[in-house]
Amino acid sequence: MALKEVRFHGRGGQGAVTSSQVLAVAAFHDGKFTQAFPNFGVERTGAPVESYTRIDSVPIDVRQHVYNPDYVIVLDPSLMANIDVTKGFEKKGLIIVNSNKTPKELGLGAFNAKCIDITKIALDVIGKPFVNIAALGAFASLSGEVSLKALDKAIDERFSEKGKIAGLNKEACKVVFNKCKEVK
Amino acid sequence: MKTVIEASEAVALGVKLSRVKVCPMYPITPSTHIPERISDYIFDGEMDAQMIHVESEHSAASALIGAILAGSRSFTATSSNGFELMYEILPILSGMRLPAVMAVANRTVAAPINIWNDHSDSMSARDQGWIQLYVESSQECVDTIIQCYKIAEDKKVLLPTMMCLDGFSLSHVYENVDLPGQKKVDAFLPSFKIEDKLDVKNPKTFGPIGFPDTFMELKKQQQDSMSNALEVIKKANKDYAKEFGKSYGDGLIELFEMDDAEYAILALGTICGTAKAKARELRSKGKKVGVIRLRSFRPFPVESLKKATKNLKGLAVLDRHISLGAKGPVFTEINSDISETNVFGYIAGLGGRDVTLEHIESVFKDLETGKQSKEWLL
Repeated sequence: MALKEVRFHGRGGQGAVTSSQVLAVAAFHDGKFTQAFPNFGVERTGAPVESYTRIDSVPIDVRQHVYNPDYVIVLDPSLMANIDVTKGFEKKGLIIVNSNKTPKELGLGAFNAKCIDITKIALDVIGKPFVNIAALGAFASLSGEVSLKALDKAIDERFSEKGKIAGLNKEACKVVFNKCKEVK
Repeated sequence: MKTVIEASEAVALGVKLSRVKVCPMYPITPSTHIPERISDYIFDGEMDAQMIHVESEHSAASALIGAILAGSRSFTATSSNGFELMYEILPILSGMRLPAVMAVANRTVAAPINIWNDHSDSMSARDQGWIQLYVESSQECVDTIIQCYKIAEDKKVLLPTMMCLDGFSLSHVYENVDLPGQKKVDAFLPSFKIEDKLDVKNPKTFGPIGFPDTFMELKKQQQDSMSNALEVIKKANKDYAKEFGKSYGDGLIELFEMDDAEYAILALGTICGTAKAKARELRSKGKKVGVIRLRSFRPFPVESLKKATKNLKGLAVLDRHISLGAKGPVFTEINSDISETNVFGYIAGLGGRDVTLEHIESVFKDLETGKQSKEWLL
C-alpha cells in the first residue's frame, strides 16, 4: 500500500487527538507503520482541533503536517460553519461526517462523502455522546484501511484500567462499523 | 518489544531503562509528558527513583549537582524559557564535570510567547560545555537517552549531555518503536559510579574557586574531553548497534543517499525526515540528492562532515534558529569548517512554522541552479 493520510476534525475535549492515536495503534496491530500527531493550537474546550494519522506498509519519514489527506473524519458537523473540512482534500478520497443529514445537505455533494449519525449510536450504546472511538468503526468499515479486530485491541489497550469504557466503545465501534455497510 | 508510543514516553522509558535514581523536574510545555510518564512509573512501582518536585528549572538543574555528587544517576527535562532559567547552572554542571543527562523538548523562547518548536533554547546554550545530540524519531529517543549516559559517564568525557527532540513535531508524535529489553540495557550500561562523591566520612570541597593560574588548564581539559567525546559518541553508537540492532550514521552524523550525491541538505532533528522523503522522490526522478543529519552539534564533528561533503557541488544548511544580528549557527560553523564546498544557509521552521516538502524542494532547486533565491523559508 502507499502512504495514507487521515485528518480528524473535532472540538477540544471531544477526543480527536485520542482518535488519531488509537487509529495509529490499531494500524500497528495490523502490521503497519504509523504516525499520529495533533496540530496543537492553544487548547480550549470546544475550540476546533485537528489531528492526523499516517499509515504505511514501510517506515514513515515525512514529518510535515497533513495537507492533502486521503481521508477526513468530522466528529462535529457544526465545525463546518467555520472550517473548510475539504481543504487540501482531493476528490478520490473519502470524507466521513458524524451527522444525520446527507452529504448534499452539508454542502459536500461534490465530494465522496458519507454521513453517519454516530452521536445517535453513541447515545444508544454508551449512553453518552462519545463519538471519537465509535467514529473509527466508520473509518474501518468505509475505508478498509484498518481491521475491526485491530481496533478492538487498540481500544482495550487505551482504556485498560477502565474495562467498562473499553467494552462500550468497542460495542459502539462495531455497531457503527455494521451500520456503515448500509450507508449508500 | 514492538509498540506504538509517543516520543515523550520513549524518552521516559529510556530514563527508566537506564535505571536513573533521581529526577528533579519542573514541567513546561512541550516537555511535560516526560515528567508525567516518569511520575507514573515511580508511583506504579516500576521505577526505583525519586522525583523531586522543585520550585523552578533553576532548582531542577541545581538539584542535579547534589544528586550526582551523592552518587546517583540523574535526569531532568525542560523546554524554552524553562531551559533559559537553568542557564546559570548549565556551565556549573559542565565545569564540575558532572554527567547529567537532560532531554530538551525544543521550543522557541518568548517573546512573543509561542509554545512551538525551534532550536532557540538549546542552540543558545552551545557554549555552556554540554554535549548536544539532536534526534529524529521516537525510536532514536529511547536509544539515545541510554547512549547519553554511556557517553556522559565515560571517564574520557565526564560532561553533561542533552538530548534535543523537536517539541510537538516529535515530542507529541505517536509512532512505531522497538523497545530494548532491561537485561540487555543493564549489560550495555553498568550502574553509575562516581569517584569523587559527597561522603560524610571523607569530606571534600566541590566547585571551589579556580584562580587565574589554573582556570585555563581546567577549560582546556573540558575542551579535550569534548574532543574525546567524538570517538566516545561513535563507539556508543557502534556498540549499541551491535547489541540492539539500531544505529544512527556514525553517531555524529547520519547520511541518507549520500554515496554519489551532488547536492545535499544538512539539518537537525525532524526536518531531516521530510528532507529524506523529498530526496527519495527526487532520486526516483534521477536527481543525485542526499541528506546529512547532524546528530552531534556539540562536539561539532568537523572530520565526519568534511568527509561527507567533499564531493558535493552544493550544500544547503537549514537552521531552526537564528543568531540575530548574524546567521544560523549551524550554517556559520559549517561555512567556516567546510570552506571548499559551496554552502547556502536558510532559516527554517521558527516558532512552529511547518517545514514542508515544498520548502525542501525549493532548496534542492536553489542548489541545482547554483543561486540561493531566499534566506528565509517562510
